[in-house]
Order: sequence, then structure tokens, then C-alpha cells
Amino acid sequence: MTNYRGIHDIGGLPAGTVELTEHDYVLWEKRVDALLVLLTKKGLMTVDELRRNIEGLGLDAYDKMSYYERWIYSITQTLIQRGVISIDELGRKMAEAQARTDGGR
Amino acid sequence: MAAAESVAPQFRTGERVAVRAAYPIGHVRTPSYIRGKRGVIERLCGAYGNPEELAYARPGLPKQPLYRVRFLQREVWPAYGGNPGDTVDVEIFQHWLEPA
Repeated sequence: MTNYRGIHDIGGLPAGTVELTEHDYVLWEKRVDALLVLLTKKGLMTVDELRRNIEGLGLDAYDKMSYYERWIYSITQTLIQRGVISIDELGRKMAEAQARTDGGR
Repeated sequence: MAAAESVAPQFRTGERVAVRAAYPIGHVRTPSYIRGKRGVIERLCGAYGNPEELAYARPGLPKQPLYRVRFLQREVWPAYGGNPGDTVDVEIFQHWLEPA
């Protein structure tokens, strides 16, 4: 077994320049942030589980997802693991949301 | 907080320590670049639930002492070209440290 290094553990590796410009958060990103605060306050997940499930993303997904896309993926994964939501519920809710979008709202 | 919930601190400020050169899979908060390096305890930050356990929805107890450890940049990065006295501080849990 070779020495394991997580996809997030990039200290010291070659990288591009750091973008120092400020950017605004869009509404859904603020909602994801608020969701994590509520879930941790209610004891339904920890920030450590958030990090663990982000680190469990495939390399391709990790690179392609934005910061808060990683968060909502990880929050969802954690809630499934903990049995707070079921995969069936999630699939049905996502289909409902998709139908609203397709309906022109 | 009950005493039994925290592991007793093993190191004092100014003491020399080495970071364990271990590379397990799983959720670990000790960055790879600092494993195997030697530094000095800068301060004890407190005791916190073990993230390696909390990440898997387990209690993370007993709490582990967390230290701020200071390293010389030139010892962390062999090709470091800055001031030889430059340092980097990393916060590391006690179970990742050994006396050096």
C-alpha cells in the first residue's frame, strides 16, 4: 500500500496563481451555508463529516465542483449515511424540483 | 467537563517534537507535508473531540490535546529560498506527535 494522500491535501504541490478577487455569494450558496449551521446546531451532523465526505469525492468531481457544490453534495451524503433522509425521498424531491424548473418557474 | 473526557497533555511549550510519518486512509487533519518533520511546541490550544472519529459520526472522546507547533520553513521545504529564520505554525493533535 502506497502512502495515502487525500485529494484535498495539496499543501506543497505545484499549483497555479491564487485568485485574490472578492466575489459575491449567490442565494443558494448562502442557503447551503445556513443549512450546515442548522444541522450542526441540531446535532444532525458535524463539520468533520462534511470534510470527510468532500474528501471522498472522486478527483474529477472534486475538481469540477464549486466550493458550495461540494458542500451540498457532502451534506446530502452525510444525511443519507445518518438516516436523516432516504435515497428514495431525495430522488422524489429532486424530481419534484426538476418538474417545477421544467414548468417554467 | 469531566477529566476522563480529555487525554492529559503530554508536551510543554518549547519542547521539541516530531510529527508521526503515518499515511493511513480516512479523515486526517495532519497535512501530509508536515508528517515526519520536527518542530517545537509553541502553545497548547486546548482539547477537542478527535476529528478522525467525529468524521464517522462517532463521539470523538476522549478529547485530544491540540498544539500549535512551529517548524523552520527550510526544514519543511528542502528548496526553501526565503529567510533561514522563517517559520510555519501548524495545529496538530497530540496523538500525531512524539518526543524528539
